[in-house]
Amino acid sequence: MSKTHVKLKVNGREVEGLAEPRMLLIHFLREELGITGPHIGCETSHCGACTVDMDGRSVKSCTVFVAQANGAEITTVEGLANPDGSLGVIQEKFREHHGLQCGFCTPGMITRAHRLLQENPNPTEEEVRFGIAGNLCRCTGYQNIVKAIMAAAAELNAAKEAAE
Amino acid sequence: MTDQTMTPEERAASLEGMGCRRKRVEDVRFTQGKGNYVDDIKLPGMLFGAFVRSPYAHARVKSINADAAKALPGVVAVLTAEDLAPLGLHWMPTLAGDKQMVLADGKVLFQGQEVAFVVAEDRYTAADAVELVEVEYEELPVVTDPFRALEPDAPVLREDIKDQKEGAHGPRKHHNHIFTWEQGDREATEKVLEEADVVAEEMIYYHRTHPCPLETCGCVASMDKVTGKLTVWGTFQAPHAIRTVVSLISGIAEHNIRIISPDIGGGFGNKVGAYPGYVCSVVASIVTGRPVKWVENRMENLMSTAFARDYWMKGRIAATKDGRITGLWCHVTADHGGFDACADPTKFPAGFFNICTGSYDIPVAYLCVDGVYTNKAPGGVAYRCSFRVTEAAYFIERMIEVLAIELGMDAAELRRINFIRKDQFPYKSALGWEYDSGDYHTAWEKALKAVDYEGLRREQAQRIEEFKAGKTRKLLGIGLSHFTEIVGAGPVKNCDILGLGMFDSCEIRIHPTGSAIARLGTISQGQGHATTFAQILASELGIPASDITVEEGDTDTAPYGLGTYGSRSTPVAGAATAMAARKIRAKAQMIAAYLLEVHDDDVEWDVDRFVVKGNPERFKTMKEIAFAAYNQAIPGLEPGLEAVSYYDPPNMTYPFRAYICVMEIDVDTGEWQVRQFYALDDCGTRINPMIIEGQVHGGLTEALAIAMGQEIAYDEMGNVKTGTLMDFFIPTAWETPNYITDHTVTPSPHHPIGAKGVGESPNVGGVPAFSNAVHDAFRAFGLRQAHMPHDHWRIWQIAENLGLHA
Ligand code: FES
Ligand code: FES
Repeated sequence: MSKTHVKLKVNGREVEGLAEPRMLLIHFLREELGITGPHIGCETSHCGACTVDMDGRSVKSCTVFVAQANGAEITTVEGLANPDGSLGVIQEKFREHHGLQCGFCTPGMITRAHRLLQENPNPTEEEVRFGIAGNLCRCTGYQNIVKAIMAAAAELNAAKEAAE
Repeated sequence: MTDQTMTPEERAASLEGMGCRRKRVEDVRFTQGKGNYVDDIKLPGMLFGAFVRSPYAHARVKSINADAAKALPGVVAVLTAEDLAPLGLHWMPTLAGDKQMVLADGKVLFQGQEVAFVVAEDRYTAADAVELVEVEYEELPVVTDPFRALEPDAPVLREDIKDQKEGAHGPRKHHNHIFTWEQGDREATEKVLEEADVVAEEMIYYHRTHPCPLETCGCVASMDKVTGKLTVWGTFQAPHAIRTVVSLISGIAEHNIRIISPDIGGGFGNKVGAYPGYVCSVVASIVTGRPVKWVENRMENLMSTAFARDYWMKGRIAATKDGRITGLWCHVTADHGGFDACADPTKFPAGFFNICTGSYDIPVAYLCVDGVYTNKAPGGVAYRCSFRVTEAAYFIERMIEVLAIELGMDAAELRRINFIRKDQFPYKSALGWEYDSGDYHTAWEKALKAVDYEGLRREQAQRIEEFKAGKTRKLLGIGLSHFTEIVGAGPVKNCDILGLGMFDSCEIRIHPTGSAIARLGTISQGQGHATTFAQILASELGIPASDITVEEGDTDTAPYGLGTYGSRSTPVAGAATAMAARKIRAKAQMIAAYLLEVHDDDVEWDVDRFVVKGNPERFKTMKEIAFAAYNQAIPGLEPGLEAVSYYDPPNMTYPFRAYICVMEIDVDTGEWQVRQFYALDDCGTRINPMIIEGQVHGGLTEALAIAMGQEIAYDEMGNVKTGTLMDFFIPTAWETPNYITDHTVTPSPHHPIGAKGVGESPNVGGVPAFSNAVHDAFRAFGLRQAHMPHDHWRIWQIAENLGLHA
C-alpha cells in the first residue's frame, strides 16, 4: 500500500514519517515513534486506554488515522511530567491517592483528566465521574481515581490563586 | 533526629513496614507511561502473528488454502494443524488434564476457535493475510445448552475421546460428559431433607462471564538459534508453571527456556492458562528464526481466552421451623465449553466449590458436580476468586435468602442464628474443609449497625406502602451477603496443577550496606507486590521498605513458584517471605552476639537491631550486622547474608466478609442505583490498608458488573452475542458507586504473619450482595429467584412477571 507523508508535533517535538493512509494514530505513536504510554485495550473506541490530547481535545487514538492527525499537536502521558522530570500534579495525585493498580488504564486516564481540568477547572464529583466515563478501569473501581482528580483540581487552583 | 534519640515506635514507623499505608513504588513509572507491558516490547526483526478463527461454533474443517495469503508481500508463514502435527504440537494439554487443539484438527468446537496462524512483517499485513486464508467448513449441529448436551441423542462434540469411558477425573457417563465429582454424605443428607420441617429448593444459575482485564493476552517468543535458548515474554500469571509446561510439551530442556512476565495490565484469572497463541508464537519463532509477537484483540479475548463461571446449581436446604439449618444438598451442571481448560488444582475438578456451606454451621451436606462439553469457548477460570469459590458463595447466599422466604424470616436473622460460632474454630465443615479462624457474629453485628439495618427495613416497609398507594414507582432493595472464602492454595499434599505442587517461594539477599533485594515466585498484575512484600520484609528485617527491591516474573532469576491467582500471593509467597527473613534474622543474631561479645541467647530483637538483654544501649543494627556479615571473618559462620524459603502452607486461609448493599430500583425502566454499599472485610493481618481498600473497590466494581449486566451470551447457533465492549458490560465511573470499607482483624493462626489474602473477596462476596438487593426489592411481591445478570431489561421483566406494571 502506498504511503503518505505525515508531520505532527508530539509532546512538543516535531516528528515526521511515512505511513499507510489506514494506519491508526495509536499504532504510529507506539510502533513508529516508540511512545508506548498510550495503550490498546479494545481498538473500538470503548475503553479509552489509548486516549491522547489532540489540538486541545481528548481523542481515542485508536479511532483516528495518523493521516487525520497530520499537522496536529499531540500530547500523551509522556508529555505531562514537569519540565524537571518530576511528576506533574495529576500524576502525583494519582500516586498519592492510589488511583491506579495495574497501570494499564492510567496513561489514558491521566491524559483525559488533564484535558477535563482544562475544560472545567472546578468540577464536582459528578462532573468528574461523567467526564471520565469514556475511560474504563478494571482494577480500581474509580473511587480513588475520582479522589485523585478532585485533589489535583484543588491543588492546581490553589497554585493559580497564589500566582495571581 | 538520630538513631539514638528515636523511640522504638519512631524507628518502627520509619521502616514503613506492615500496617503502613505506604505509597506504591510502581506508580512513578506507571503514571508517566513508563510501564513495560508485553505489547510495548519491540525486538529487532520482530514479526507479528494473527489467527484465522472459526466463524462457526461446530463444523468440520474440509480444507484450508493459504496460497493467496502466502503470496501477499510481507507474509512470512502460515501455520495450520498439519504443520504442527509432526512436532506433536497441534494439541496441547490443558490445566485440567484434558487436551485442547492448538489449531483446528479436522473440526472446530466453538466460535472463534484458532484455525490457522499467520506470521507477517507487521500487524496490518498479518490482518490482511488472515482475510486471504480460505477455509472450507461443513456445519455441524450446535449444542450450547449443557442439559441438552447430556441427552442421549446429542451430537458428539469431542470425537477424539468419544469412546473413552474414563476421563482425567474418573468415569464419563456420556459422550459429552467430562467428570462427576462428589463430596459429602449423600445418604445422610437426603435423609435429613426427607425428615426436615422445611425444605427450600431452587435452581441458581451463575451465568458465563469473562475476566476481561484491560490488557488482553499476548506474548513475544524469541528463539535464539545460536544459544538454543528460548525466551518468552508474556501475560503470564504463573511464569514458572508456563516454563515447565513449555518444556514438557516442546521437548526443549527447561534450563534453555526463560519466561518473563513483564508488567501485566490486570489478570483476574484470564492470564493463568496456556493459550494456542503462545504455542504458535513459539513454533513460529523456531520456524522463522525471528522473534514473533502475538497480542489478541478485545474480540478475540472475549471469544476465546478463558471465560469464567457458567454453573447451573440446583440446591435444597433443610431447616427446623425456627430456622436452624439441618442439611444442604447441591447438584451442579458445569458448562466447560469445547475443551476442559479449567484452572483448578488437579484433585479438585470443580475447584473449591465444596466451600458452599459458607459461613454456616451445617451438620450434613452433599455435593455433586457434573462437567459437560458444549460448543462454547473453553476456560472456567477463577475470575478474581479462588477456584469456583465465587459460584459457591453465590449459591449459598441465594439459598439462604430463599430459605428465609420459605420460613418467613428476616434474612439477617437467619444468617445470625446459623453462623459458625467463634468458639467452634478451627471448624470442620461437612464438605471437608478445616476453617482456620473467624468471628462472624462480631463482623455481622458491626455491619448491621453501620448501615442501621433496622432503620433500612422500616424505610423499605414504608416504601412498599407508598408503592402500593401509587405514590412512588421505585422500590428499595437491601442486599445481604456474608461469606467465607478459601484461599492460599495450597498445601502441596492436596493441591497441585498438572503435578506441580502449589508452594511458593522467596529469596532474599542483604547487601553489605544493609539494603536488600528479594525475588519471588509470584507476579503482580496490579496488586502492588513491589510495595507490599517490601513492607513484610521491613517489619521482619528492620530494613526500611524503601531500601528493598522486590523482583518477580523472570524465571531465570526468581525462585520457583506457582504464581499469582486465587489470592495466594500473600498467604503463600508472603509466608515464604517472612520465613526467609526469619532465616536471615537467625544468622544475624549470631553475628550480633559475636560483635557484642555475648552469648547468642543474650541478645534480643528490637525493631531494627539486636540489643543485649537488659542493656539496650549495647546493640548492633541490621545495617551494621550486614556489613560485618560480608567483611568480617566470624568464626563458625560462612560470609554473606542471604536466604531462600519455599513455603508449603499447612492449610488454606479462610478470610470472610460482611457486605450490605442498598439499591433503588425503578420498576418501570428496570434502572437501578446503588445508594449505599458497606463492605467489611476480615483478611487477617493487614499489610497495607491503602492497597487493601483499593482491592476492595476494584473487586466490588467487578462484582457490580457481573451481577448487573456482564455476560458472555451465545445464541442457539453458538454465536457470541457479547464479543465487544459495546455489548459486554463494564461499569464506567458514572454508574459505579462509592464504597464504604471497614474491617475486623482475625489473624490466621497458622500463617507466619497471620495474613489471609484479600484480592478476591470483594468479587466473591459482592455478587450475592448486589443480586440479593435486586431480589430483596421484589421479595414483598413474591419474587423468589431471578437469574443474573440483572440488566435493565431483565429487571423490567421481573416487575412485568410480578404484575407490577398493570
Ligand atoms: S484502544 Fe482506543 S478506546 Fe480502547
Ligand atoms: S489500574 Fe488496571 S485498568 Fe485501571
